[in-house]
Amino acid sequence: MADVKKVATRESYGNALAECGAEFPDLVVLDADLAGATKTGVFKKAFPDRHIDCGIAECNMTGIAAGLSTCGKIPFISSFAMFAAGRNFEQVRNSIGYPHLNVKIGATHAGITVGEDGATHQCNEDIALMRTIPGMTVIVPSDDVEAKAAVRAAIEMTGPVYLRFGRAAVPVINDRPDYKFEIGKGVLLREGKDVTIIASGITVASALDAAEMLAKDGIDAEVINIHTIKPLDEELVLASAKKTGKVVTAEEHTVIGGLGSAVCDCLSEKHPTPVLRIGMQDRFGESGTANELVEKYGLDGKGIYEKVKGFVK
Amino acid sequence: MNKLELQKAANEVRKGIVTAVHGAKAGHPGGSLSAADIFTYLYFEEMNIDPKDPKKADRDRFVLSKGHTAPGLYSVLANRGYFPVADLPTLRHLGSYLQGHPCMQETPGVDMSSGSLGQGISAAVGMALAAKMDNKSYRTYTLLGDGEIQEGQVWEASMFAGHRKLDNLVVIVDNNGLQIDGKIDDVCSPYPIDKKFEAFNFHVINIDGNDFDQIDAAFKEAKATKGMPTAIIAKTVKGKGVSFMENNAGWHGKAPNDEEYATAMADLEKIGRELGGAN
Repeated sequence: MADVKKVATRESYGNALAECGAEFPDLVVLDADLAGATKTGVFKKAFPDRHIDCGIAECNMTGIAAGLSTCGKIPFISSFAMFAAGRNFEQVRNSIGYPHLNVKIGATHAGITVGEDGATHQCNEDIALMRTIPGMTVIVPSDDVEAKAAVRAAIEMTGPVYLRFGRAAVPVINDRPDYKFEIGKGVLLREGKDVTIIASGITVASALDAAEMLAKDGIDAEVINIHTIKPLDEELVLASAKKTGKVVTAEEHTVIGGLGSAVCDCLSEKHPTPVLRIGMQDRFGESGTANELVEKYGLDGKGIYEKVKGFVK
Repeated sequence: MNKLELQKAANEVRKGIVTAVHGAKAGHPGGSLSAADIFTYLYFEEMNIDPKDPKKADRDRFVLSKGHTAPGLYSVLANRGYFPVADLPTLRHLGSYLQGHPCMQETPGVDMSSGSLGQGISAAVGMALAAKMDNKSYRTYTLLGDGEIQEGQVWEASMFAGHRKLDNLVVIVDNNGLQIDGKIDDVCSPYPIDKKFEAFNFHVINIDGNDFDQIDAAFKEAKATKGMPTAIIAKTVKGKGVSFMENNAGWHGKAPNDEEYATAMADLEKIGRELGGAN
């Protein structure tokens, strides 16, 4: 995929907000001194009166968004996932989740692809945190096309949504005429009969690479993109598990509480199936380039290929 | 309403607080009673609201940042006609629309869910900001505890409100001097409270928060203040009106038993008689 176009989903986030700004006059964007990094600066330039910089105070930003939403605004709060979901967890739970307010959380710089900043800024726990809040929708887009579609879908639905974006440029894999984004509907990207690989975010492209490598070894892998972790497309997961009998999950997140756990929650209750969870294995990240880290922690095509191969043997 | 009418209304609000907490066999009477005069002034005099249309678009907003004093808010809402006073004893009961802490989805008249300290003021700032963005004239009020302002988020919100010159926002601090673990200046002193808000670019007014003349003057002054938010530091008596609860940290979060309830109501009935009957 050397010559494939690459875009960081945080860029998609900022661009989508700016593109939706004219159509949705109630859309307002809040930031906590990171508008340059979260890319909401694009929206700020187009709609300066509807961009609110709260300074380095994420918890207050969350409460302000809650108040704005009770007055009819559609606020997006933007920060790094570490702060948007981590520092902010209880504010999101009590000021947004409990009253089920129409606030969207645009969390950028999620996972280890934050890179050089290291473990303090690499949030591998946000999906687990957000998934536990009743009524919270959790979306992890895999590329530019999906990220933009997810922002629009989040605006169009009423209720709280957590959107997870990355810092590093990732291949555009959904640029096709028949692409359709629907919250809660997974996407079957490749049919196979031997094993199911369920991925989200940056690992979707890796899973497709892995499937090609597996094919050369005679292993026919099915690849599913679960962009909405909650609500999970249980129908699609169950149908594929019943077909292949083996499921691998791959995510840029701890294997505790994220996509892997969500899939296991579903399968263990409704159709017990052997599952291998690829992701961060209960450890912190470290400094390095995004590519180096993805390779080291086995989230690239080769890493997934090797683990799947061992699992299906 | 004149002063006497407000005093009588506040006494009824206090009866509702004691009755609700007694019915719940739990809850927070002390900080509800200390703020009863402020609750009463806001809902009977100050705010542009309509109990028949609790979600009226241009109504003034109130956020009870010190959400544990929900009995105070519920009692004033009930006495103002949002729901029956007779329902107050269902407070904290399974299935009741009067949750332990305010829930905007359950209770008519509640503008924001709250209870986790430090968060309500941020929501109030968001409401005031929305009014500014939309050029609307509604005002936003939020009531904080003096222990609550130990939470850092209060100062994040205050910095933003001062920076944005939100003169449609009034922050009231119920300075009853006591928190669960004792006197606020023994636990972790927030004093001087007025100077802190001044430093965050607020117009600050110090008052006796159990004196309607001073409450009335303060809210009029807040309304006349342009270019900055107002903080009213209201010195109050925790447990005000119930003799054995006054200035006693032990009544922060405890319900009276039947005997104590009878004594408390007798205290309030006596105050009512002195004011000239229940309205």
